[in-house]
Amino acid sequence: MLEIKNLHAGIDGKEILKGLSLEIGEGEVHAIMGPNGSGKSTLANVLAGRPKYEVTSGTVVFEGKDLLSIPTEERAREGVFLAMQYPVEIPGVNNIYFLKAALNAIRKHRGEEELDAIEFLQLARQKMKLVDLDEAFMTRSVNEGFSGGEKKRNEIFQMAVLDPKLAILDETDSGLDIDALRIVAEGVNALRSEKHSVLVITHYQRLLRYLVPDVVHVLANGQIVKSGGKELAEELEQRGYEWLEQETAAAR
Amino acid sequence: MTTTVQADVREQAAQRFAQLGWPAPQQEEWKYTNVAPIARVAWKTGKSACPPWSDEWRFHARAAQEFVFVNGSGAQRAAGHELYARYADYMRHPFTALNTANAQDGAFLEIPDGTVVDGFIHLLFVGDGDEVWSHPRNLIVVGRNAQVTIVETYVGRGKYFTNAVTELVAKEGAVVDHAKLVCESLDAFHVGTLQIHEERAAAVTSRVITIGGALVRNEINVALAGEGASITLDGLFTLTGRQHADNHTVIDHLYPHCDSLEVYKGILDQSARGIFDGRIIVRPDAQKTNSRQTNHNLLLSETAIVDSKPTLEIHNDDVKCNHGSTIGQLDEEAMFYLRSRGIGEAEARGLLIYAFASEIVDRMKAEPVRELVRREMFRSMPERLPERREAR
Repeated sequence: MLEIKNLHAGIDGKEILKGLSLEIGEGEVHAIMGPNGSGKSTLANVLAGRPKYEVTSGTVVFEGKDLLSIPTEERAREGVFLAMQYPVEIPGVNNIYFLKAALNAIRKHRGEEELDAIEFLQLARQKMKLVDLDEAFMTRSVNEGFSGGEKKRNEIFQMAVLDPKLAILDETDSGLDIDALRIVAEGVNALRSEKHSVLVITHYQRLLRYLVPDVVHVLANGQIVKSGGKELAEELEQRGYEWLEQETAAAR
Repeated sequence: MTTTVQADVREQAAQRFAQLGWPAPQQEEWKYTNVAPIARVAWKTGKSACPPWSDEWRFHARAAQEFVFVNGSGAQRAAGHELYARYADYMRHPFTALNTANAQDGAFLEIPDGTVVDGFIHLLFVGDGDEVWSHPRNLIVVGRNAQVTIVETYVGRGKYFTNAVTELVAKEGAVVDHAKLVCESLDAFHVGTLQIHEERAAAVTSRVITIGGALVRNEINVALAGEGASITLDGLFTLTGRQHADNHTVIDHLYPHCDSLEVYKGILDQSARGIFDGRIIVRPDAQKTNSRQTNHNLLLSETAIVDSKPTLEIHNDDVKCNHGSTIGQLDEEAMFYLRSRGIGEAEARGLLIYAFASEIVDRMKAEPVRELVRREMFRSMPERLPERREAR
């Protein structure tokens, strides 16, 4: 589904990803862990097409398409979703209007009928329950005045409505209490299927207790330095990242 | 008798205008707006027949009452009332002098004490023709504890000049919601003065939405002339092409415990120029004044210009006042967020531009008026505001 080869990318002329390669198959859940500054968020932002991030070399192929050559909105329409680390507040843009416009843009792209207001509300209500969001959220402005936890749940809610093929969660667990963490994990687990893949970017192992990954990668200094099964996450939690960084340095 | 008084006022105002002349850019209050293009035309009075196209601007049964004035002529005339020309100062303001000297018809609304008017009263001013001017003159007197919503809409076709003056008197405890929609022709000049006089505990809201007009000057002068009076001044100007709109507001806090809250927002595209020049004066006797003034502007092109000049003049130290202004482009983070969900660039931009304006538009109470404003905004910036299929 997603194939990243030798990706070099950065921001403001500073290279952050230094030859990252990664392959995610259909229906798989991968976790990327790594210390601060290792390039985790850069990877998420490059995949979603955030402006200012520059790709200097390498390729990203998503479902047979060159992902880097298509604009942000088309990546979303193709089925890539980024749950953001810091969801932005957009005063004056109504949550429900925004999400309906997004879903219908995606459906149109897929050649599906657009949903009318009633159909959309039905779908939204159902997905809202999943993440325990109050219906009053729908009539408010996007993320405006939401608490940190509400913003993250809103990201998962949007993901549930838009039904992406590949969901990228950029530190969605940071700043969440244990209940919110469980809700987020449940939301993601509900999306899991043979057709849906998930890339979880996190600093901590705790989300992975609820959201068991098929593969865990360690990102350090802009590269994947180690990959393994879910037990790798536990090892990292116990031993920290230093031993890996030393191991990698020694190998050079 | 009234005719004599009116004739005296006319004569005085004409003499005063002859002395003052057209304002020059050297004058501080006119430094951003050059009225030479208005001064050089030999204006004449236009026809009073109502053009059929003006019908799309009428609210008919959706308004509680509706009065239409074409090139300054209509069914009502305010002159003669004891409060006529009492507050709009024709000795100081050239365009007020010009209006008072040439005043035509205009709305005269007197809301009796304690009366609550449901819905809104619509005053439609139609300009029609080239090189014609009009001087509508309105007087609105809202009695003690009375409540009313009034909407003035300025529209037209041609290269005309509207020079309107509205005097609004809110007596003790009156609640008034006033909106002015400037949807003039893109070749037209518009100078409009709204003079608000508030007595004790009156609460007035003024919203000025400027979408049309080649050269527009909105002058709003507020006197908080009684304890506990409050004023809300909202403004929105959406300009494109070579449009020029100058918003000039003065709030005069004369008594203690008065509140003023002012928010003006500008959206400027292409080579448009917008001005916010807002002054708040807090007099020595106006203790416990609460005042907030902001002006936010959104620039959509490199050639659009905005001048923002919020000013506070405080003459006592028992007050809570703040003011500020911003000038910026569309928020890139918000653009990315919307696009990352599948919304196309043009639609995302439209959503954000509309969101910026909606803070002001959504506060208008009358739904038909909000719809008219949205319709005109989309019409004036079709490439910036993609069609919106539903109101919310």
